[in-house]
Amino acid sequence: MLKDITLGQYFPIDSPMHRLDPRTKLILLVLHIVAIFLANNAITCGLVTALTLLVMLLSRVPLATYLRGLKPILFVIVFTAVLNIFLTAGTKIELFGYQTPMTWEGLVLAGKMALRLVLLIFASAALTYTTSPIALTDGIEKLLSPFAKLGLPTFELAMMMSIAIRFIPTLIEETDKIMKAQKARGADFESGSLIRRVKALAPMLIPLFISAFRRADDLAVAMESRCYQGGNRRTRLNEIHFAGIDLGATCIFLLFFAVTVALRFLL
Amino acid sequence: MIKTEHLRYAYNAAESEELKFVLDDIDFSVSAGEFVAVLGHNGCGKSTLAKHFNGLLLPSGGTVYVSGMDTKNETYYWDIRKSVGMVFQNPDNQIVATVVEEDVAFAPENLGVPSEEIRKRVDEALKTVDMYALRRHAPHLLSGGQKQRVAIAGVIAMEPKCIVFDEPTAMLDPKGRREVIDTILKLKNEKHMTVVLITHYMEEAVKADRVVVMHKGKIVMNDVPKKVFSEVKQLKNLGLDVPQVTELCYLLNKAGCSLPNDILTVEECADELERLLQ
Ligand SMILES: Nc1ncnc2c1ncn2[C@@H]1O[C@H](COP(=O)(O)OP(=O)(O)O)[C@@H](O)[C@H]1O
Ligand SMILES: [Mg+2]
Repeated sequence: MLKDITLGQYFPIDSPMHRLDPRTKLILLVLHIVAIFLANNAITCGLVTALTLLVMLLSRVPLATYLRGLKPILFVIVFTAVLNIFLTAGTKIELFGYQTPMTWEGLVLAGKMALRLVLLIFASAALTYTTSPIALTDGIEKLLSPFAKLGLPTFELAMMMSIAIRFIPTLIEETDKIMKAQKARGADFESGSLIRRVKALAPMLIPLFISAFRRADDLAVAMESRCYQGGNRRTRLNEIHFAGIDLGATCIFLLFFAVTVALRFLL
Repeated sequence: MIKTEHLRYAYNAAESEELKFVLDDIDFSVSAGEFVAVLGHNGCGKSTLAKHFNGLLLPSGGTVYVSGMDTKNETYYWDIRKSVGMVFQNPDNQIVATVVEEDVAFAPENLGVPSEEIRKRVDEALKTVDMYALRRHAPHLLSGGQKQRVAIAGVIAMEPKCIVFDEPTAMLDPKGRREVIDTILKLKNEKHMTVVLITHYMEEAVKADRVVVMHKGKIVMNDVPKKVFSEVKQLKNLGLDVPQVTELCYLLNKAGCSLPNDILTVEECADELERLLQ
């Protein structure tokens, strides 16, 4: 059950999207999200959709994988859509001669909101599917590096983030195992009042925490034996650098962004 | 390669309470290219001793030399760290990255090795442990034996002269155990690495050039496997096992047969039994 959670699953293949500098991808994602929220008419919506689809195509990750990523927020999408359709003021929709509480304006708004949410998920998934957590945290570290001069421990933050991501599946697996072990001994996590259920979690959380601390201890020793010494003279296997492909991608996105902004405010 | 002189160690050295020495007057040495197995009951101080070999712990008394460098001397700190690598019991707790090759690159990255050189080392290390085909996989989806081989590759990429294995097979299934032991033997035989293997499996210890047995913080036996394992009675008293064939011969001898008492492998045993029956 718990294993179904997939967080920022990286797809280890090669594609133009994989080859982009993580910094480029991060910045362009932010830019693209702004564009998605600015798009408000047919042409601009079409533009951001086209660009999102282009990115998905270039990532070489199967469409089915992207669609699966929608599952957790499907409820939110449907819920907001229904609310919009029924609660927006405007001309009522007539069906078979009857007037329904739905409005045309609501339908359009619902469509727009749903499109925005879906594009948002697809665009962020395109980033996480094509960027390994290490590359991602490297990118964030480099983007934050101006703040390092102000005393922000950027390297340590990035390291913490990538180790946290690394241990998510391990700890989920462990939670699963402990839950099963406690259930086998008659623990009951699913019935009773809220307070009872919260209390029932204690025999699960305590072993989980103890084991997490032991893991942290082991990991620290293992990292030290592999000459870990902080960030000052560290190099990288895949040194990130801004190349021609990044320049190309930036130009395309900026062009799309400019056109979207112009059309939104001119039309 | 590694040499300890009158090494003593107590975990509570800073506190005022009475010192309890986990290591007591240890004289241990491994020469370059040698394969030494360390045996001992749980809690006898094997891991504590191993942590002295790369300066993770510093002696409370006595000295540890690694390639002639005193581990207490701070100028040698990094030289010692990178010349003695360590592989631990739980493969999950020594993997830091979410992609195999990025994990293997961790040590050379820490040492500031240039990118192209890291790439070379990573590829070579992964080929040595036979994990090159899975270099872009996520470690948490690998089997225990595969994870442990990734951990070994991560240490090889540091290019140490010696690798200390602290019960590397204790959490693995028989197949994973085989894979790891074969990798260790390959490192010794083909790469001529110095190997210290701490283990609970006598069948693994038999493959070593020398076996060291520890008991309550002291070294009680230190000889070639044939000699150590012929002392069946003493080993049993220390709470240790002997390889199954050795035990078989020991019991047969007790029952009146005349077999050599230094038999370690199934083949040897079969040959001797055949000779006896003729
Ligand atoms: N971090 C520690 N702090 C205090 N005591 C420890 C610590 N680690 C191990 N010990 C104690 O040192 C002794 C030897 O432990 P260890 O070297 O791990 O044994 P082994 O690896 O042979 O099982 C044990 O009695 C253990 O309780
Ligand atoms: Mg131990």
